[in-house]
Amino acid sequence: MFDLSVIVNNFAFLVVQGLLGFGGFSGGTLRLAIPAIVLGFFLGIFIGIARLARSWWISLPATLYVEFFRGVPLVMVIFWIWFIIPQLLRFPIPEYGVALTAFVIFEAAYFGEIVRAGIQSVPRGQVEAATALGLTRPQSMRFVVLPQAIRNMVPSLVTQMIVLFKDTSLASIIGYVDLTKAAQIVNNREIRPFELYLFIAVVYFVCTYSMSRIAARFEHRLA
Amino acid sequence: MRYAFHWEVLWSGQSGRWLLQGLATTVELSALGWVLAAALGIVSGAMRTVPWRPLRALATVYVEFFRNVPLLVWMFFWYFGVPPLLPEAIREWLFRHGAEFWAGTFALGVYHGARMSEVIRGGIQAIPRTQFEAAVAMGLTTFQAYRLVIVPIALRLSIPPATNESLNLLKNSSVALTISVAELTFQTRQIEAYTARALEALTAGTVIYLVLCVGIAAIMARVEHRFAIPGLIARGG
Repeated sequence: MFDLSVIVNNFAFLVVQGLLGFGGFSGGTLRLAIPAIVLGFFLGIFIGIARLARSWWISLPATLYVEFFRGVPLVMVIFWIWFIIPQLLRFPIPEYGVALTAFVIFEAAYFGEIVRAGIQSVPRGQVEAATALGLTRPQSMRFVVLPQAIRNMVPSLVTQMIVLFKDTSLASIIGYVDLTKAAQIVNNREIRPFELYLFIAVVYFVCTYSMSRIAARFEHRLA
Repeated sequence: MRYAFHWEVLWSGQSGRWLLQGLATTVELSALGWVLAAALGIVSGAMRTVPWRPLRALATVYVEFFRNVPLLVWMFFWYFGVPPLLPEAIREWLFRHGAEFWAGTFALGVYHGARMSEVIRGGIQAIPRTQFEAAVAMGLTTFQAYRLVIVPIALRLSIPPATNESLNLLKNSSVALTISVAELTFQTRQIEAYTARALEALTAGTVIYLVLCVGIAAIMARVEHRFAIPGLIARGG
């Protein structure tokens, strides 16, 4: 029945290649998730600020961007990037580039909403005080509003990071060798789907659950 | 970018029918998945707040394990992993009646049930504790208090986040294409494969998803307004 040897024999391939990304394939869940989280958040900061801009020609495109990407499935966005990049650049790029581009563009919409909510949670008096002290608008944003806003955003940011981490499994659809794809590759040879998919479920769970535990402790200290 | 669009591929040949079939399958898959998710979410969300530890622990394990693992992994698990363990008769029946659709529905429902559970729990925790105490003081059992007082109020309070979560479910139903359920994204890819017109096919699929999501959000905004409890939440009323 339950055959643990399939996990033991393929442990190195699943974890080292699939999760961490070292080995014969260029892949790895973490190698995709970490840059996607960092870049997505940075793009999200700009989108969040742009949504709150006074000029409509800045805030409207940002709003449309957010509403558009929140209304379509991520799978669809991955396929869009997959087809559109060779059209634009005239040459294909590796799956890693496609997946990373899709995740950054898609998740930036969600990070943007978190940033906007975070900025709006900073009391107005703070901006007024900064202005009274002679700070320009960009300065008060950088030195007064954003540092406080980021602190308020931490819980939703962590949730979104966990969502993104899980979403990277969708990169396997276009052939990127992440943890999910690694399990598929092993399963094609061994045909032990129950053990293999349950095992990677546990690996994903350990990663995401520890992320949320660490974050909870961190929040406790910040508060 | 020089690309000559040929929008007519969307209604010539079989494309139009495929798109409509895909839309129908997406709606069907999401609706059945939603019913399962709502049922699991309400039960486990309520269980997480009851004053009896084993029930709380059981619901916590379900919620934390299922929502912290990618939906794609659950799709593979329920489609490839579980059927070989089922009794022969059930397995045969499943594979004669679209096993991938049922595995997809189940994966979607169980995964989103765990996420819906958090929404419902949030709703229950927003209700003042005195409501429960008053219900018990009136002579209701804990189960009756939940069924007649706590859950109905919690449901009305959780309409906005539950709408959001339902739209996530609808969008996530696209993941079922990985186990070859012929839903909207799958059909979009099929049109692309047959006509080699990727951008037209993707545009059609994307527009349909957008219309569905924006439409449901608009309807739910009205529902939310109607079901808001005056005095308990500020908006609405």
